[in-house]
Amino acid sequence: MKVKVISRSVDEFTRERSQDLQRVFRNYDPSLRPQEKAVEYVRALNAVKLDKIFARPFIGALDGHIDAISCMTKNPSQLKGLFSGSMDGDIRLWDLASRQTVCQFPGHQGAVRGLTSSTDGRVLVSCGTDASIRLWNVPITSLMESDDSTKSTVEPASVYVGKNAFWGVDHQWDGEHFATVGAQVDIWNHNRSQPINSFEWGTDTVISVRFNPGEPNLLATSASDRSIILYDLRMASPVRKMIMMTKTNSICWNPMEPINFTAANEDGNCYSYDARKLNEAKCVHKDHVSAVMDIDYSPTGREFVTGSYDRTVRLFQYNGGHSKEIYHTKRMQRVFCVKFSGDGSYVISGSDDTNLRIWKAKASEQLGVILPRERKKHDYHEAVKKRYKHLSDVNRIARHRHLPRPIFKASALMRVMADAKKRKEDKRKAHSAPGSITTQPLRRRRIIKEVE
Amino acid sequence: MGDIEENDALPKNKPSTEKDVSDELELRMKKYLRGESANLEVLKDKKLKGQLAAKEQLYGKSAQAAAKAEKWLMPSEGGYLEAEGLEKTWRIKQETIAHEVDISGSRKQYDIILPELGPYTLDFTSSGRYMAVGGRKGHIGIVDMINLSLIRELQVRETVRDVVFLHNELFFAAAQKRYPYIYNREGTELHCLKEHGPVLRLQFLKNHFLLATINKFGQLRYQDVTMGSMVGNFRTGVGRTNVMQVNPFNGVVSLGHSAGTVTMWKPTSSAPLVKMLCHHGPVSALAFHSNGHLMATAGKDKKVKLWDLRKYEVLQTLPGHANTLDFSQKGLLSCGNGSLIQVLRDVSGTQNYSRYMTHSMVKGYQVEKLVFRPYEDVLGIGHSMGWSSILIPGAGEPNFDSWVANPFETSKQRREKEIRTLLDKLPPETIMLDPSKIGTVKPKGKRPTKKEKEAEIEAAVEATKGKKLKKKTKGRNKPGKMIQKKQDAIARVKRPYMEQKIQEEENVSRKKQKTSVELPKSLQRFARKKASS
Repeated sequence: MKVKVISRSVDEFTRERSQDLQRVFRNYDPSLRPQEKAVEYVRALNAVKLDKIFARPFIGALDGHIDAISCMTKNPSQLKGLFSGSMDGDIRLWDLASRQTVCQFPGHQGAVRGLTSSTDGRVLVSCGTDASIRLWNVPITSLMESDDSTKSTVEPASVYVGKNAFWGVDHQWDGEHFATVGAQVDIWNHNRSQPINSFEWGTDTVISVRFNPGEPNLLATSASDRSIILYDLRMASPVRKMIMMTKTNSICWNPMEPINFTAANEDGNCYSYDARKLNEAKCVHKDHVSAVMDIDYSPTGREFVTGSYDRTVRLFQYNGGHSKEIYHTKRMQRVFCVKFSGDGSYVISGSDDTNLRIWKAKASEQLGVILPRERKKHDYHEAVKKRYKHLSDVNRIARHRHLPRPIFKASALMRVMADAKKRKEDKRKAHSAPGSITTQPLRRRRIIKEVE
Repeated sequence: MGDIEENDALPKNKPSTEKDVSDELELRMKKYLRGESANLEVLKDKKLKGQLAAKEQLYGKSAQAAAKAEKWLMPSEGGYLEAEGLEKTWRIKQETIAHEVDISGSRKQYDIILPELGPYTLDFTSSGRYMAVGGRKGHIGIVDMINLSLIRELQVRETVRDVVFLHNELFFAAAQKRYPYIYNREGTELHCLKEHGPVLRLQFLKNHFLLATINKFGQLRYQDVTMGSMVGNFRTGVGRTNVMQVNPFNGVVSLGHSAGTVTMWKPTSSAPLVKMLCHHGPVSALAFHSNGHLMATAGKDKKVKLWDLRKYEVLQTLPGHANTLDFSQKGLLSCGNGSLIQVLRDVSGTQNYSRYMTHSMVKGYQVEKLVFRPYEDVLGIGHSMGWSSILIPGAGEPNFDSWVANPFETSKQRREKEIRTLLDKLPPETIMLDPSKIGTVKPKGKRPTKKEKEAEIEAAVEATKGKKLKKKTKGRNKPGKMIQKKQDAIARVKRPYMEQKIQEEENVSRKKQKTSVELPKSLQRFARKKASS
């Protein structure tokens, strides 16, 4: 007879000294864990509820300007640096970490309309309705200290005066050119007081400009004649023009896929285009109920932020038809400019109520140092949420957002209008000769024509 | 006779080649793969196919990692009992086993004689560390099984019919003469559950934190022990019973009744999920295998039956009485009757149970309850003269998981685990016959095929043909009239099917017209209609 029974000595399975860690034994046998799938589902449900509980995206407001914020730009050399310009001609450099103004750039007589900084972060370019362009040397040392509350002021390094008001400015990536827009598109060099090149196509005002991050000589502008125009600095004339049904307020290139850009449109939608194929949008991002004023991509290129005239900030996936997040507060007024922070973890919005606001890019993300065990827990929660995201309960909780009443009502109204339009179109189609009426997809419907 | 069970079918001696190693791993992996992988060949959506393929690969990897961990990292090996020569395992006495095994093992074999307060019933915590005993005459005790010390005993001075641990050893419930009570480990009465009435049997659903009771009036109640709410309260309507067992696989409570039926219940429906006739005569005991597919029932008709719960069919019928049944973690089945205890084993892995060990108590002892101690090769016996414990090699799972049930748990670990299990508490709706349905999407209903439709009509026609017509008054029973009536009945049955068919055909033809005719809708009414075929 051979016999053996299980016998465990206590010493073998417990710790020796009280300073030791408790010993952990694993047995992954599924039969020891009955109903594991149900448990996992409950965990997914709890994780998605926890996300809701911890969704506190608002971090703080930067108070200092005395008029509406009209434009912002990141400081490429400093993660915590941000320039903002306001309607009264004030420009400030903010330290986002301490939420204080580091220095001011006085000089503009009217509203500051455009701000941009060179890629090395040394030179700040501003332009405004007083028809002047000002170049400033950014004080590096004062940003480093940033502890004393004494605000320094900086004098402009050079001032160039044009004939007409300027509406926007953008600096070339990795070069020394920058472009201003207004009555026409001017290309400037840091060292020259006159534009080195000027483009014109049509007579209307150009309102925004953005250089391509991948191809330094390519830039896109939008004009108040509802057009989006692409330029190449190496050529004498603009490359391509596309006219939409409504005006495009702002443009942003996707930094990871520099052939694609997204246009923030007056009709409340954003349109992602492939620059090589402008007859059809790649994606229409709907959800805003009023004009989208500004747009900025995350450095990851996977998401972008929009600020709208409906007093909200929304975050979209680069390929998502609807927003994944909406930020609003009772005090925030019309949002005129938004920016992603350089590390993609914060969003900054500037609005009519003279404040800049800092938001988390992921509403329920835990800030601060995360211990490895916490990190593991977060990862696990992400995994189970992803696994059960198709189930109605999980999906419903994850998708739900509380909306301010005016926006809720406006979106309901817009839905009714869209439905009515659709119904009418369907009826018209049904009562016409087959093939005589074709419905365009929304991706194409808002485009009037493309001009070479 | 070799000791073979599912895991031991693997080669024990060192694998000689790499192929053997991979084969062995593959065998072990099967358990961790949790079923077959999805058939991706039929999918047309390329993106979905790619995503699913990546996922399947991940599943495979994790199963392989688990199999490797099982092969190399498990600290202990399972027990076994092998007969040599002409020996038979069931002839081997407990004394000889105690003689052969190590000292700590032989210490687990003992009898506690308490003749006045019996018969006793037992329950173990899920880790097997603590045991609750309940004597019929009011004696309740908690015993620490590792150092065999009595933690607490109390005398409630009324009948105790059942004791059961709640989620950990700090709380237990006792079914007493008029009401069930909840006590803590110190023996302090925490709750008197008056709504339950005179309860005969208690069960605790660990994942759901539900205390299920069946009382003298045949009422089945579920109470949530965390919030105290009564989750379910059903009249079984099949009379008094004290045979009740939870299926650990899905949380379904089964009751055995005096009419020979077994009913299965969930807390969210007032009617039983399953009602099956198992015995000709009262059901005396019930037990579930932890894999959820196997149920053992014992009846007063001197039969012990093993059921396949996927098909609700008998797998095996064994002769013999049993007052109490229990499955061990490794699938051994113990049956107790009178003073005789039999342990059956599934030798070949084909769910064909045969005799493994027997043990007879001192004559006159009546076995009341058999419970295998989890993670140990020990069978606890509650009987009329106290309680005993015997060694059954190969009964328990040799390796515990610290995060699931840890016999060497410290109080801090216990506290943490309590919080974690409470966070993972399952809602009562997750109790269902097939728990793998949770987390899946309901598939779209299939349309019946033409053949199925025809078969349905035929079945309906056959059913009406088989009906006998009533005898009518004189003159209405003529053969001609009878035939007419029968034909009418058949036509009446066929009619709804035919109408449905016509409707469908019309729909199809309308669709065809829509696509074929080029006229706009407003002019369609002027178009000449074709004769429908």
